[in-house]
Amino acid sequence: MAEKFDAIVVGAGPSGNAAAYTLARGGLKVLQIERGEYPGSKNVQGAILYADALERIIPDFREDAPLERHVIEQRMWMLDDSSYIGTHYRSADFDQPPYNRYTIIRAEFDKWFARKVRQAGALLITETTVRDLLLDGERVIGVQTDREGGAIYADVVVLADGVNSLLARKAGFRPELNPADVALAVKEIHFLPTETIEARFNLSGDAGVVIEMFGKITQGMMGTGFLYTNKESLTIGVGCMLSDFKSQKMTPSQLLENMKSHPSIAPLIAGGEMKEYAAHLIPEGGYNAVPKIAGEGWVIVGDSGMFVNAVHREGSNLAMTSGRLAAETLLELAQARLPYTARNLARYRRKLDESFVMKDLKKYRRLPSVFHRNPQFFTAYPELLSQAAQTLLRVDGEDKKSKERAIRRSFVARRSRFGLLGDAFKMWRAFE
Amino acid sequence: MHIVVCIKQVPDSAQIRVHPVTNTIMRQGVPAIVNPYDLFALEEALRLKDRHGGRVTVLTMGPPQAEDALRKCLTFGADEAILVTDRAFAGADTLATSYALAAAIRNIDRDAAVDLVFTGKQTIDGDTAQVGPGIAKRLDLQLLTYVSRVEQVDIAQRRLRVQRRAEGGVQVLETRLPCLITMLEGTNEMRFASMDNMFRAARCAVRIWDREAAGISDVSKIGLKGSPTVVSKVFAPQARARRAELIEAEGDAPRDLALTLINKLFTRNPKLRDAIVAQPS
Repeated sequence: MAEKFDAIVVGAGPSGNAAAYTLARGGLKVLQIERGEYPGSKNVQGAILYADALERIIPDFREDAPLERHVIEQRMWMLDDSSYIGTHYRSADFDQPPYNRYTIIRAEFDKWFARKVRQAGALLITETTVRDLLLDGERVIGVQTDREGGAIYADVVVLADGVNSLLARKAGFRPELNPADVALAVKEIHFLPTETIEARFNLSGDAGVVIEMFGKITQGMMGTGFLYTNKESLTIGVGCMLSDFKSQKMTPSQLLENMKSHPSIAPLIAGGEMKEYAAHLIPEGGYNAVPKIAGEGWVIVGDSGMFVNAVHREGSNLAMTSGRLAAETLLELAQARLPYTARNLARYRRKLDESFVMKDLKKYRRLPSVFHRNPQFFTAYPELLSQAAQTLLRVDGEDKKSKERAIRRSFVARRSRFGLLGDAFKMWRAFE
Repeated sequence: MHIVVCIKQVPDSAQIRVHPVTNTIMRQGVPAIVNPYDLFALEEALRLKDRHGGRVTVLTMGPPQAEDALRKCLTFGADEAILVTDRAFAGADTLATSYALAAAIRNIDRDAAVDLVFTGKQTIDGDTAQVGPGIAKRLDLQLLTYVSRVEQVDIAQRRLRVQRRAEGGVQVLETRLPCLITMLEGTNEMRFASMDNMFRAARCAVRIWDREAAGISDVSKIGLKGSPTVVSKVFAPQARARRAELIEAEGDAPRDLALTLINKLFTRNPKLRDAIVAQPS
């Protein structure tokens, strides 16, 4: 006799774990199915953990979660071929508990999160792939897994199966991924002794530094790079839109190799031993790419719903929040003895709209297309700014006024007066 | 038939790194897996169960997280899992480990007589291949090592026949039950668990035995105290700078081969030639 559950959660990443945990705590009989050998074995992220989103699910997570370093310094670098120009923000306030952001190693973190889910009462089955959704007409009534006796039934299915979301696509809930809506990111973890990391980044204890980068490291493609400090390792990576990789015939690994040899980056990672290499798709289509996220007996959470704020490099917090809000919706309906119809589940979308998830995505809804059509933001401006800084800082007998004139001329020569105005307007529109 | 399979949770040795500074083994972030040879042992045991009925108990000694490895074995169809875990077992070498496991098996045997014990031929982290034979000796079991296949079991006659890999060929051996078998990587492919087994494994309680529950009273025989092995030094082997070279010779005649070699030696080391030529004949 096939088993029946109140809810089946497909996937054990941040959104699936948030949903399964909340549902199980709410007293539902929950089955969570994960394709990987263990939760975290297939999951890839930079990775920064945003405490707030997790705190709303597990308030005392800091007691036993595997956290690497709390972030006390954020650097934003704009790079040309030989320099970077940017800002560093370091604050002792960020060094006061409770900390706001942490670097994490996802394989460890996800294992911990999954343990919490199991302790909350959900049943977790790993190494099992959900092949199809079981349908009764329009209504989802369960899942078909790849194992013998693999049909399992539930009142509702939470699709937390990640950026590709084969299930949602197969069931026709979501269109095929558009290469202009997803970034392909690669990252490496380099082992370095704690003392070396502390010395290189001026750190002590569990404090950490985050560097976000953009500019010529992506060679005109729309994307960003990053470098995070962990306890005993550095994470370095770069991601660009899939469509750009395709049109530029560039491989992500080549891009990362070039980035690692940049004179501003190479000394930071020197002497490290590569421990891990990973690549993953990131849904960066933004607000306009968000699919339908609820229907008859199903909801979509996390990457599968395109909940990533590419501008602020936030994703896991949106994922956790969407998982929690979906679960809270399901619990409310269960309590009111209302069925999981598309109409009732529309509450989930409303909750998301009222949260930072949709508000932020909406704010930056024009940004992907602006940056995509204007590669000068990744090539010309970093170069111009770097040259400007160099012109001003190099002491060579030239008077400052002439230097300023030269800088102005270089901007106009490269972008024209009209172009500069247009670019300013585009930037304002993108970030408005 | 009651079969006990001894397994060990090991770090995936393909992913272990040596700390570049301290030269110690870095286990952080290295996934833990079931020792691969133990999985072949489990599969062989499950096949015997499929043919002859009975039950399969998986047993391990290790830290609390070794429960994951046992649960994995349950998904394949093992009926019961026992984790022997106690701080007193820490630092055990193969002698102390076989003592503790033998005590646990004696305990299991009291509940339901054990006919067969399986282990992998060795673990991939220790590579000693001593624990299986150690258990057999302590429990006075027949011992068959390096078995690639169990051909036949005659439960009525309490006899069994196996194929054992030996130097230069395969031995076909017969012995009586109860017996302990250490398994090689056999020809058996590991089964893909059914959904029912996945559910059963996820829900099944692993039995946890501490020292007393495992029936061990003599603490001098277990853990660090019961382990005569001393690790005096751990080091990472240095990569050799010198490379092997394939020398091609013209012709097969011993004379040609010798000449090619001598010429090679002389081109590499001209001083050697001078030294030999300078010697009075």
